[in-house]
Amino acid sequence: MSENKYNRREFMKITGAAAAVMGLAAAGCSDKETRSRGGTMDLPTGEMTYRTAKNGDKISLLGFGMMRLPTTDNRSARETDGEIDQEMVNSLIDEALKYGVNYFDTSPAYCKGKSEASLGIALKRHPRDKYFIATKLSNFAESTWSREESMKIYENSFKELQVDVIDYMLLHGIGMGEDGMKVFNARYIDNGMLDFLLEERKKGKIRNLGFSYHGDIAVFDHALAMDVDWDFVQIQLNYVDWKHAKEVNERNTNAEYLYAELEKRNIPAIIMEPLLGGRLARLENRRALNKLKAADPEATPAIWAMRYAGSPNGVLTVLSGMTFREHLRENLRTYSPLKTLSKQELDLLEDVAQTMLSYKTIPCNTCQYCMPCPYGLDIPSIFVHYNKCVNEEKYITEQTDDKYVQARREFLIGYDRSVPRLRQADHCIGCNQCSPHCPQRIDIPEEMRKIDRFVEMLKRNDGKLNS
Amino acid sequence: MKKGMVSLKKIRIIIAALMFAAVTLLFLDFTGVIHEWLSWIAKIQFLPALLALNVVIVIALLLITAVFGRIYCSIICPLGIMQDIIAWFGTLRKKNRNKYHYTKAKNILRYVVLGVFAVLMIAGIHSIAILIAPYSAYGRIAQNLFSPIYNAGNNILAFWAERLDSYTFYPAEVWIRSVPTFIIALVTFIVIAVLAYRGGRTWCNTICPVGTLLGFISKYSLFKPVINKDKCIHCHLCEKRCKAACINSDSQTIDTSRCVACMNCIENCHHGAIQYKCTWGRKPAKQDETAENVNIKTSDGKSQTSEESAETNRSVLTDNVSTARRGFLMSLPALAVSSVAMAEDKLTDGGMAELKPRQRPDRGEFSLVPAGARSFGNFSARCTGCQLCVTKCPNGVLRPSTSLLNLMQPEMSFDKGFCRPECTRCSEVCPTGAIQSIKPFEKSGIQIGHAVWLKSLCLPAADGTKCGNCSRHCPNGAIEMIEIDGPKGEKVEVPSVDTERCIGCGACEYVCPVRPISAIHIVGHEVHKEI
Repeated sequence: MSENKYNRREFMKITGAAAAVMGLAAAGCSDKETRSRGGTMDLPTGEMTYRTAKNGDKISLLGFGMMRLPTTDNRSARETDGEIDQEMVNSLIDEALKYGVNYFDTSPAYCKGKSEASLGIALKRHPRDKYFIATKLSNFAESTWSREESMKIYENSFKELQVDVIDYMLLHGIGMGEDGMKVFNARYIDNGMLDFLLEERKKGKIRNLGFSYHGDIAVFDHALAMDVDWDFVQIQLNYVDWKHAKEVNERNTNAEYLYAELEKRNIPAIIMEPLLGGRLARLENRRALNKLKAADPEATPAIWAMRYAGSPNGVLTVLSGMTFREHLRENLRTYSPLKTLSKQELDLLEDVAQTMLSYKTIPCNTCQYCMPCPYGLDIPSIFVHYNKCVNEEKYITEQTDDKYVQARREFLIGYDRSVPRLRQADHCIGCNQCSPHCPQRIDIPEEMRKIDRFVEMLKRNDGKLNS
Repeated sequence: MKKGMVSLKKIRIIIAALMFAAVTLLFLDFTGVIHEWLSWIAKIQFLPALLALNVVIVIALLLITAVFGRIYCSIICPLGIMQDIIAWFGTLRKKNRNKYHYTKAKNILRYVVLGVFAVLMIAGIHSIAILIAPYSAYGRIAQNLFSPIYNAGNNILAFWAERLDSYTFYPAEVWIRSVPTFIIALVTFIVIAVLAYRGGRTWCNTICPVGTLLGFISKYSLFKPVINKDKCIHCHLCEKRCKAACINSDSQTIDTSRCVACMNCIENCHHGAIQYKCTWGRKPAKQDETAENVNIKTSDGKSQTSEESAETNRSVLTDNVSTARRGFLMSLPALAVSSVAMAEDKLTDGGMAELKPRQRPDRGEFSLVPAGARSFGNFSARCTGCQLCVTKCPNGVLRPSTSLLNLMQPEMSFDKGFCRPECTRCSEVCPTGAIQSIKPFEKSGIQIGHAVWLKSLCLPAADGTKCGNCSRHCPNGAIEMIEIDGPKGEKVEVPSVDTERCIGCGACEYVCPVRPISAIHIVGHEVHKEI
């Protein structure tokens, strides 16, 4: 692990301390590599790769996801309760449009329900024929399964977005829930909402109808087998989920299968989670990161993952939730134009995926769908801390291990830093309200219990017997 | 005093500075490291040692006083040293340099205060008596006033450590554990600081019960400062610089019952007229009173040796406390108003559920005190409310009581954590024997209280939600989940407490999802029994 005289930690300590002395904020170090090219000077105009939808729409390969909008406290609206920074949203969307992005994906559920309105305000300032709007019928809560409530959600989307026509409408997250098929029927079939949406498509209120899928594969197969002419389907695709979805979570299905099913039926795929909720952009696993850096020292992990998601020809657009301008610019560069991956590069990413999976992390990508937990737990932060420790080899269960004492201290201190005590895993009562909302189908209470048991073991055994 | 030798004053200042730094550090450290090295400093304090029936220390301190005078007050007592520091600031300005002057001993006041103190301690009315106990008064000042500053400084370091990916520092929560105790500490500090700034050791020589007690002995101490009448020129310099106001230059005498042996006068005298020397043979008649057979006047006027008196104190106290029912226990919020946490329907993503602050449940008439206390009576009789255990508790469990009889004495609360099975820090640091030393393996067998389940609040019983968090977290396996008929006729699992196995650690109360009052809570026991 530590061939070098200084390992990363020590190096960070030294450079960090130096930065502190000079009064520089240490924040933001992680973005340094390619972003330092920065600026609009090197942004290519008019070189965006476009793909063609069934109805002939020319769609930019980069789609703007509106799930992680910027807030006035400089974070993504996923992470904080801060107000959405509308001026920033406007400015990001202006720049995206300028450099060729024309697909914007939102939902009534995103950003605590504020995403649609924010997108509506930003796009209203541009000619309606310059962009495509995608939104969803997000009737997840049981109280919204009735036709009346679902209709309210549907109609409200037009109001929030300030449009008469929605270009791309999705059934949101089919396959989710304890019993995926039952929930699917309750949300879209029994209440006649699917028939209604097909009717709306005929009338031209909706130009394209599709669905996004997470979870129970039977629902995916069933939806494709139905007598519905789907214009597109939104799936999760990235170099980990391509072949290893089952290793991430038993209930997931490989993107390889999903994509092949769509290709068979000539249905274009829209890609979500190309970065696996940012995990493929941060790539906390050092070994995996080093492999990518060795192949191309200048490319960020995000560039690799975005190229991967855009490479298959049947992909219509790749959605990326871009909170900060540097995210947008990097993605613009990656897709202007797309350089498809070679066989050799595909092999490299498969190798990286396998390296990542050799560390038993929890496949949470902090989408916050599980939140708020009614008992106050901060579920994503608990998983983020746990995964960080696993990736940094601080998850040590054996007291006889030489590194146990140090790893224990870092795990426990880091845990308190990341999550207030009253929101930690020991407060999970197992009500399981969260799991049905998890697109990664993580058995959240079970994982909470495992983490809780591990923390309890650490607290009881200070490892002093060992030293 | 010969030239070239290190002066006694300098030795005193160096030792005092080290002691003061050490005892303050002991109170400030929250990591649980320092006390392994320094907890002896609290244990050599006079009143704690007396309450702990630590015969060796008490006799040693009395002997030291009998030989050297009240050096205890100058180099061991943190409150005394703190006053010296403040008094030194008070003499910095030139016009204040010679501001002290001799005053007559206010012996009636001193004896009355000591007598009342002893009576109150014996009667178990600690909350008033320990207000003037010197070591615990300093402890309260350090814990309430100094430690927030220390913790804030630590938190700045922790803030940077976190950003540098270092785990050297971690944040410590700054919070007022009890408002009354905080106010008492603040008022004590202001009063003593004002007295010390203006008049030096006024407090020690009028109020402090330990000072008065040691004064009885130091009056006849073997070594004491003595004025050489041949050399003295009546310049009054020694008197003007005596912070204990005990030198009478006119009569060339020193009231050694008030002298704290600071040695300032020796160094100040330009004529070498004051010497700290052995007075053996001068007053042989008084000697036998000083050493082993120290007489302590108790309230009923009987004379007893210190050991016996402490023993009596304890037994009397135990009885008194157990008979004094706390009619004024905090009035408790009606349980009925406490609402059961209900899972709300989730319409959008993200956000964080609000956590209602916990309310104190009905703990019964005996406050919950840590394992090692042996019994509520023993704890109440010995604890001087110095807050050392409160500082050391890593789980935020201990905090000063707000009940009148036990004011400032710690009690347990489980809103920030529970009394973890592997932790025995409070028992390691307690200097008074209020919490006696135990080992972690003993702790799991000491029952300090037991859990009480409230069916009307419990989630499964109230609305059928699956829970069982108390059972999962019980370190002693004392909570089983059993099936009963739920509110809608279905079967639900609710906790059943085996009160024989429950030790009252509070894990169940801490992790219970029901707020503001937990559906399961600990009730304290009068006597801690082994199970």
